[in-house]
Amino acid sequence: MIRPLHRWAGLGAALILSVTALSGAALSLYPAAGALSAVPLPDISAGHLAATLQDSVPGLEEIRVSAAGGITAYAFQDGTALRWAVDGATGEILAPAKRSALQLWLTNLHRSLFLGDAGRLVVAAASLAMLALTLSGLALTARRLGGWSRLLAPARGPLSRRLHLDLARLGGAALTLSALTGIWLAAGTFGLLPETGLPGFVPGGAAEMSPSAMAALRDLPLADLRQLTFPRPGSAGDVFTLRTVAGTGYVDPASGQMLAWTARGWADRLGDLAMMLHTGRGAALLGLLLGLAALSVPVLGLTGLAQQAGRRTAGAAGRRVRAVAPEAADTILLVGSEGGTTWGFAERLRAALTRAGSRVHVGPMSGFAPERYLRAQRILILAATSGDGDAPGSAQGFLDRVAALGVAPAAPFAVLGFGDSAFPAFCGYADKVRAAARAAGWAELMTPARVDRQSPQDFARWVRALADRLGIELDLLPASAGPEPVRLRLVSRRDYGAEVQAPTAILRFALPRRSLWQRLTGGGFGPFLAGDLLAVLPEGDSRPRYYSLASGSSDGFAEICVRKHPGGLCSGQLMDLAPGDSVAAVLRPNPAFHAGQDEAPLILIGAGTGIGPLAGFARGNRAQRPLHLYFGARAPESDLLFGEDLVEWQKDGRLASVATAFSRTADRAYVQDLLRRDADRVAALVSQGARIMVCGGREMARGVAEALEDILDPAGLAVVRLKAEGRYVEDVY
Amino acid sequence: MKTLLSALALTTALTAPGLAFAKEVTFTTRMANYGGDGAYLAYYVTDASGAYVGSLWMAGAKAKYYKSLSDWYRATGGNAAEVAGITGASVGAGRTLTVSFDLADALFDAGYQLHVDAAVEDMRDSPSEIVVPLTTGGAGQPVAGRGYIASFAYEM
Repeated sequence: MIRPLHRWAGLGAALILSVTALSGAALSLYPAAGALSAVPLPDISAGHLAATLQDSVPGLEEIRVSAAGGITAYAFQDGTALRWAVDGATGEILAPAKRSALQLWLTNLHRSLFLGDAGRLVVAAASLAMLALTLSGLALTARRLGGWSRLLAPARGPLSRRLHLDLARLGGAALTLSALTGIWLAAGTFGLLPETGLPGFVPGGAAEMSPSAMAALRDLPLADLRQLTFPRPGSAGDVFTLRTVAGTGYVDPASGQMLAWTARGWADRLGDLAMMLHTGRGAALLGLLLGLAALSVPVLGLTGLAQQAGRRTAGAAGRRVRAVAPEAADTILLVGSEGGTTWGFAERLRAALTRAGSRVHVGPMSGFAPERYLRAQRILILAATSGDGDAPGSAQGFLDRVAALGVAPAAPFAVLGFGDSAFPAFCGYADKVRAAARAAGWAELMTPARVDRQSPQDFARWVRALADRLGIELDLLPASAGPEPVRLRLVSRRDYGAEVQAPTAILRFALPRRSLWQRLTGGGFGPFLAGDLLAVLPEGDSRPRYYSLASGSSDGFAEICVRKHPGGLCSGQLMDLAPGDSVAAVLRPNPAFHAGQDEAPLILIGAGTGIGPLAGFARGNRAQRPLHLYFGARAPESDLLFGEDLVEWQKDGRLASVATAFSRTADRAYVQDLLRRDADRVAALVSQGARIMVCGGREMARGVAEALEDILDPAGLAVVRLKAEGRYVEDVY
Repeated sequence: MKTLLSALALTTALTAPGLAFAKEVTFTTRMANYGGDGAYLAYYVTDASGAYVGSLWMAGAKAKYYKSLSDWYRATGGNAAEVAGITGASVGAGRTLTVSFDLADALFDAGYQLHVDAAVEDMRDSPSEIVVPLTTGGAGQPVAGRGYIASFAYEM
């Protein structure tokens, strides 16, 4: 409900709000400029000012004092209407008071788009949309970030989303205030608010006395005066018309007494306040802040649109569901998706199952109808999580329906949760689904699993497990909803390992240029960090091979380490690349294997091409965070990847220590041997909060885990616990 | 063409016998380039003693701004019913407003005066910016305003 409101209010009003906001931002400069040049009002009475100006301004008819403190005198002389800015203390005429034509033009654009009352209504409707946007946006922010207490948590995702969220959190309050006060002013213009009129007219006497002596004016502080109109000469019975912050009245020019008075009502006072807050007249600094916040509106519109565009491309592919009736399907695939990405995974699974001969019905979890699953042999549930473990959009009502089951479906279920491990309720909804299903006595097909931040590896692993469980072959095609592959051009290569029968290369590719639209929508190639994955699409096969990136996009290139596998299609093609050649590839975020921004020491452990991301962390470590590298290779003179760099980085402090083990030398050592040698130091580092990052082959990772288990046990630390805390992460292949 | 079976006809005693003898009168109001929003203009008639007789035309639709037409407002107590049915759009700077009426003969050469109050948002009110006696001889003689109105004339 909230998301569609936000989307449609935003799409509908974006253009008008941008015009209104930009003109408003420009208008906010006028009170600010006025405040810079303004002299403070003198501490005199309204009567005193009136008497002074009567002497100094010929033909004086009216005095106005603005909330910002400017004094304007209106006069009529020799058939000409004149308007002066005057000095209140001396009565001196300073300059003709002019209204800028540009300001007038901007004002009319701002409030009515030059369309009169119809335009005012359009702008007022857009302002209502702005209110709806800020409020629904606030609710959506809380939901996305995992609760109201996390409202200020850092934003994640593509540039457009981060920009949208950060700008909205920065300027949202100001935009709300502008919209609210603007609507109030519009309501006043259309006469929807009770307004106090003028008092009934009472004629005054003819005799003249100086305004400074008049009882009604001599005790009125100048700052409270808004407008004083003098009686017209020759108009019998005419009086002073006085308007102050408190009300409006008539003053007898003969006696100086107030003849009639109406006080301003609450609506007038609220209107004054709304006027000051909205225009910044009398509150120039606030006005400038509101103007500054208004500048964010077009950017919010564009980034919102960009997210919408991204959602369309992702959703269009995901929701093209081939119709297999639930009654005819042997596999029921239920999807609980919030933003649309889970549908993409479901589609790939559906395609793989269909290729393996299954008849698959795909539907939202909210459409759960077990009585129709006549031939179902399994029910697979892909469930994302919304906020604090809540049901995502397409799963509303699922838990209630499971709880109300009289008899659990005969077909067993399996749950795959999708979520972000950075949030407290990681896959919280999937956990609830599983608990509810088990409580209903529903048999479970296989152990549940989780996909962290749309990790393709996590997903592929679960699909493999599913295939094993079902005894079939499942062939996942690469995600069709992902970004288009780009051609990466090789700029240089460094070759290693030929002497030890392990030809290995560090390949460096140039970064393709990204258009502004691609930057906004998160399309194209980048940005990325060391540890993210490069999915390379070899010629003659559509299945990508993943390589860990040894550089971040801020390094200005994309670098990977490749070892040639005998008969390997992709590694063979990569090893054959010469500078200038190119290869098709897609970027895959892998946030679980990022070094992070904190200052905790890192113990980096890798072997062979597993050095890649670790070298990337070191290269990017300009802050000289303590990084300790344990690196296993075959022979120092042959396959010590990044050898010269490691020396360099150690010298300039990017690496605190480097330990190398070689398996083809007389010593025959592996990284785990180095760890055992340094056991005390490693245990001390971990006790002090160090994180461990392991990259390389499965065998090596197992050996390292065993060694660390032994090393950390005396210190009361367990690898399992470190893993659960995210302090021990592996990127294993 | 507007017939003066309007405010004057409804509210004043002098119209009843005079209506049989009416003539078409055209008001032409040329606005100055005062550099502001559209002006509100109130056209109304006072008698020889200066007392309000009735309204002829109101240029400007929002009653909340009528208090800026201060002489008219004082005379009528701001009663919008005085101009019900004889209200048009406000008049932009530099534009000309032409309105025609069937006015009773009795209004002319009898001491009646036509007033035009003018007001513009955020600018000074200009009550009775135009005050002209309604006379047969005065027809076709342009009168200059003091602020917003460059010139006003009535023709018959």
